[in-house]
Order: sequence, then structure tokens, then C-alpha cells
Amino acid sequence: MVDASVSLCGLTLDNPVIPASGVFGFGYEFSELYDINILGSFSFKGTTREPRFGNPAPRIAECTGGMINSVGLQNPGIEAVINDELPKLKKCFKKPVIANISGFSIEDYVYCCEKIDREDQVGIIEVNISCPNVHNGGMSFGTSAKAAAEVISAIKKVVTKPVFAKLTPNVTDITEIARACESAGADGISLINTLLGMRIDLKTKKPVIHNKMGGFSGPAVFPVALRMVYQVYEAVKVPIMGMGGVMTSNDVLEMMLAGASAVQVGAANLIDPFACKKIIEGLPAAMEKYGIKSLKELIGGAH
Amino acid sequence: MLKQGLFTVLENKKIADNIFKMTLGGDVSAITVPGGFVNIKLDGFFLRRPISVCSVFSDGFTIIYKAVGGGTEAMTKSEVGQVLDVLTGLGNGFDTSKSGVSPLLIGGGVGVPPMYFLAERLISEGKKPIAVLGFNTKSEAFYIDEFKKLGVETFVTTADGSLGLKGFVTDALKNIEKTYTYFYTCGPKPMLKAVYDSTYTSGQFSFEERMGCGFGACMGCTCKTKYGNKRICKDGPVLIKEEIIW
Repeated sequence: MVDASVSLCGLTLDNPVIPASGVFGFGYEFSELYDINILGSFSFKGTTREPRFGNPAPRIAECTGGMINSVGLQNPGIEAVINDELPKLKKCFKKPVIANISGFSIEDYVYCCEKIDREDQVGIIEVNISCPNVHNGGMSFGTSAKAAAEVISAIKKVVTKPVFAKLTPNVTDITEIARACESAGADGISLINTLLGMRIDLKTKKPVIHNKMGGFSGPAVFPVALRMVYQVYEAVKVPIMGMGGVMTSNDVLEMMLAGASAVQVGAANLIDPFACKKIIEGLPAAMEKYGIKSLKELIGGAH
Repeated sequence: MLKQGLFTVLENKKIADNIFKMTLGGDVSAITVPGGFVNIKLDGFFLRRPISVCSVFSDGFTIIYKAVGGGTEAMTKSEVGQVLDVLTGLGNGFDTSKSGVSPLLIGGGVGVPPMYFLAERLISEGKKPIAVLGFNTKSEAFYIDEFKKLGVETFVTTADGSLGLKGFVTDALKNIEKTYTYFYTCGPKPMLKAVYDSTYTSGQFSFEERMGCGFGACMGCTCKTKYGNKRICKDGPVLIKEEIIW
């Protein structure tokens, strides 16, 4: 028997596999496809203070080994998430969920985090300071160590639950931002959000995506994500949720060897709605194949 | 409810300029509603290719697709016997309960195939659909005889007049506007808007948008409607006339 459980800031997860924010909505729609209680947890759709439609279409472009999205944080707003979405999720998911929160000002982040912190269903707050698809917010906090620290520090003053800072790879030195978040009180680091990318349509000779650029994700970014997880593991002491291009059980093992305590799966869910189920079910065989008895003991093993 | 399955290519042939017909064999239990679509995984392409279902039989279904880009061009090379990973049962589909006795089906280009599935369904419900099929030109036209074989009164338009009435589907509507009880339409957006402006009954519109997942997860294809934000892939692709914001 292999042990796939991991622990994250005092929470024990049955396994490290977590659908990433933005590919799993608020979960309940996927419970029609399989029992989502097999997941380690999941990170719900990035939520802001006010409801957001997001960016104009087209919001999606395909690339070799992945895709670009510029959805732009479409979500029903924090009130509707608490009043409508979480109660629907409660009926089909019995584990603590990860609340992904985004904002356009420190006040926005504090407002939403303080509210979501009071929800029993929430186990961890993941603060998205890395969305590449909105202006004057999101990523602008995550590209400056000072701004990142200010947001995290302000949030930490009003919440009781563990706070993970979700970082963008679109920076010169991600370890600097990670260290700043840790110093500001972050209980963990999530990385990486999408890489800023674009495609141009040869027929129209204009960008495919209405917003011109968007976030690049998918298996093509896995080596970049893995490298950054590896670097951040050496830079901070707090746990890491690693993500970026994870497609298979083996990718999960690699991410953990690089230093991730848990692993989020994003774009894979969009081409296969059963991706996380398959990854979880494949973990024991992958562990046995490589002589791994316990995933906890694997974390950071490549260092 | 969506299903993932492996399907064998039974047929994949050109039926008009750039237009191909593919028949896939496998478990079709999730394909229940005309206007729904499938999402096909192709080697070498990350995202799946969403295609409307044209007709369904006991152990397979047919799609008709246009080779418009890298993915659909690669699809034309799929050989008989090849196995494809397909998500079936996607999209809300058309609601036939609203049709009345003689609904009008208006299809343009690759918007025609879902109209065929719908015609079959309406006929099986004892209704008498009328079809208006629009194409750019005669060499791109397809499935006209198939509609006639179903016993559907069929009007054809081509933009260049090489087949049927010269003009657009809305030009044909002028000839038959007193005879329909409801309408269903699928085609390019400018055609849908023209149909919206030229019809006097309520109706249902099937929309197309660039999709990420095709099953409601990524929010890539969301549009605004009078009834709130809707994902074309899951809350659509069919929207009713009253809710559409152009």
C-alpha cells in the first residue's frame, strides 16, 4: 500500500491533486461526472468583490502544447459566491475548498478575504496576485515584491485561515516575490499562473484574442513551472502548491520532487473533464513503479 | 449528460467543396438532442474540435464539417478504422416542444447539419418542418436531397445564384412567411441576425464561438443575454430569440 496523502498548513489531503482555479467553476457541475470527493481539494473560480463578465470574445486561442485564455475573471461576485455557489457545492463536496480571491485594490482583497474566511467550507484562501488578463489589478500586485507584500500583509490582518499567494511567472525573479510574500505572512505559495502570450490569425492578420494577449497554459509550460517551483522551494520555508502544465500522475510526482506539497491541475481539465480522476487513480501505480511509498516523503526530493 | 468515448471512423469523405462527412461508430447514448455537439480530440492539437451532430443511429453518428483551419484540415485525413477520443452529449440543443405543426428550419453552410438532425426529430414527432438552406455557391451545397428524402419541403438559396434562389436565406423567407409556426436556425452570425430581423414568430438560434473546453468549465465562450451571462457551450449553443443581445 502506498500513501498518497499530504498535509498542507494543518489540513490533511487524501492526495495532492487539486483542480486549479478557473477550470472547475464552483465544482458542483463536475460532480455530475464523477464523485469530486476523490479530489485532494479544489480551487474555485477566481472571485472578486463585484460580479464580472470578463473580457470580450474571442477569449481562447490554441497553441502547440497548450492554449491561451483571456477570460478576465468572469465570476458572479463574492456575495453570490457565498450565497449561491458555496451552498450548491456543499451538497456534493464534503472537503475543505480553496477560495481563490482576486482584486483591483488592497481594499478589494481585504474585503473579499475577510468575508470568505468566515465560510466553514473554506480551508485555504488562495490570493491571486497574478491574473494577466485584467488591467490595474491582479498581476500588477504580483510583479512587485513591495506590492505583493502589502496585499498579503493586509489580508493576514483580517483572516484566520491559511493564505497562499498565487504568483505570476511573468517576472524577472520569482523567488524575490515569493520571499516577500513569506515575509508578509503568507502561509504558502501557489505557482505558476499563466505565462503572457499571444497568437495572430493569418487570415485576418490580427491577434486571435480580442484582448490581444492572454495567459498561456498547458503541457508546454510544465518545464517552466517545474523550474520555478524548484527555485521557490529553495527560497522559502512555507509549503508550495505547484501548477503549470500538469497532465499526468508522473507530472505530479515531478512537481513534488521539485518541492510542491500539493499539485494543481489546470488546462488538462479542459481537454478531458475526467483528467483529475485519471491522475488520482493513476497515482498508486506511478508511485509503485518508482518505488515511492509515501508522497509526503517525496516533497523536495530533487534538491 | 456528457460522455467520453472512443469512436471508430466508419466514413470520412468529401461531399462538397471543403465540406466533409464523417461517420463515427461507438456509444451514442449521450446524443439525445438535435442542436447538440460533440468535441473531438485530434493528434497534435491541444484543444478538441467542437462539431454539431448531423444525425444519429443506433451505434454511431454523422457529422458534416468544413475544413477551415489546421485542426479540421487534419480531420479530413482521418482514415476509416482510426479511433478518436470524443466527448458526446454537449450543448443544450433545440427544444422541439415549442415548434408548432410546421416549423421553419433555416440553415446556412455548416449550420445545415444540425437542421437535418432536427428535421428528423420533428418528423418523428409528427410535425411538418419546412427547410431553407443557404450556401455561398452550388459547389459548396450539400444535403439538399437528403432533406427532400425526409419529405421536407426544401428551399435553397445561393449567394451567387448558381443553385436555387439567388441571394440569402432571408430572400427565401419572403416567399414563405405565412406558412410557419416557429423557427430554428443555425449559421454564420450575420445570417442569424438577418433571420432575427426577418421573422415574425419566436424561434431558437444556434450560435458558434471559439471554445476552450466545450463543457462549461473554462468560461471561454460566455456571451451576454437578456437572461444573464451564458456559456455558448453549455447554456447554449441554442438561445431563444427573446434573450439574444446582438
